[in-house]
Amino acid sequence: MVSSQTNADTWLIIPLFNEATVVQAVIEEARVTFPNIVCVDDGSSDDSVAEALAGGAVVLRHPINLGQGAALQTGIEFARMQPGAEYFVTFDSDGQHRVEDALAMVERLRAEPYDVIVGSRFLDGRTKAGALKRFVLRLAVLFERLSTGVRLTDAHNGLRAFNKRSAMAFDIQQNRMAHASEIVAQIGQHHLRYAEQPVHILYTDYSRSKGQSLWNSVNILSELFIK
Amino acid sequence: MIDQIVIKALLIGAFVVIALILLRPGGSARTQAIRTITLLALLAAAVCAVLFPGVVNDLAQAVGVGRGTDLLLYAFIVVFIANALTAVRKRRAQDAQITKLARQIALRSAEHPDERV
Repeated sequence: MVSSQTNADTWLIIPLFNEATVVQAVIEEARVTFPNIVCVDDGSSDDSVAEALAGGAVVLRHPINLGQGAALQTGIEFARMQPGAEYFVTFDSDGQHRVEDALAMVERLRAEPYDVIVGSRFLDGRTKAGALKRFVLRLAVLFERLSTGVRLTDAHNGLRAFNKRSAMAFDIQQNRMAHASEIVAQIGQHHLRYAEQPVHILYTDYSRSKGQSLWNSVNILSELFIK
Repeated sequence: MIDQIVIKALLIGAFVVIALILLRPGGSARTQAIRTITLLALLAAAVCAVLFPGVVNDLAQAVGVGRGTDLLLYAFIVVFIANALTAVRKRRAQDAQITKLARQIALRSAEHPDERV
């Protein structure tokens, strides 16, 4: 099948917020493998939109900043109505995800009976994160298992691949940080068949400099519980 | 301690009622009506308190609180918490609407790389 070789049936969904320095390179590299990329600009104040267009992505612009979860949902809604779209990948704009991991996940969706493949940093020992960060992520995993019944080893991995059934099912309401937990919950609610894929996160100096503060775990919990 | 049991029961009861109201899906005609009635009752009570300050004191003693000011403070805290929680809920609903609106705008104005070249 031609489509499976060129991935013309696959859309990369990249939330974008003030990543002008790296986003063009990230998109150009990804486009070698995935020709269809939609960037959802979440009200960036820098040149992110121009850089993303220069990289060759379709760009959707939120007129105001809504948060990464909202950007993902916008991207999913756009991608799932594109003709021929069968597979979808959520990908980071700062270069911390590897294209070969994304490709391997899409290949698994084609070959195996799963609706969602979620990346995990902890299935093998490649990813190096600090001890405290690992501890907090473990806690998050435990919390998710108890609250959603979905068993994953990495609660907040942004690299996910899913098919059209999942794309139609996902309806992310948590605009900000809590969306990762919400996606896991929706995998459970819709009885999507899921599996995990070991992925490598590139904690570059760049991504570390802006990375997710551990304080966010408090914010995530409050977003989840105070409706 | 036993003499304060009445005010304790009243306060806890008030918090439970607030919690129940918050847990119900909001916006129904009944919730709205209850909110209006409560507000009117509060205003009426405020007018009474101004006209007959002694009544507040008597009422406080009836429920086991020493002074009328204390009773007013408790009532104020209950109303304040209820107000804060409903404000949060309203803001969340508003955020959801704004999100939908912004998403529609984004989806309608997709920019394609080819158009720029």
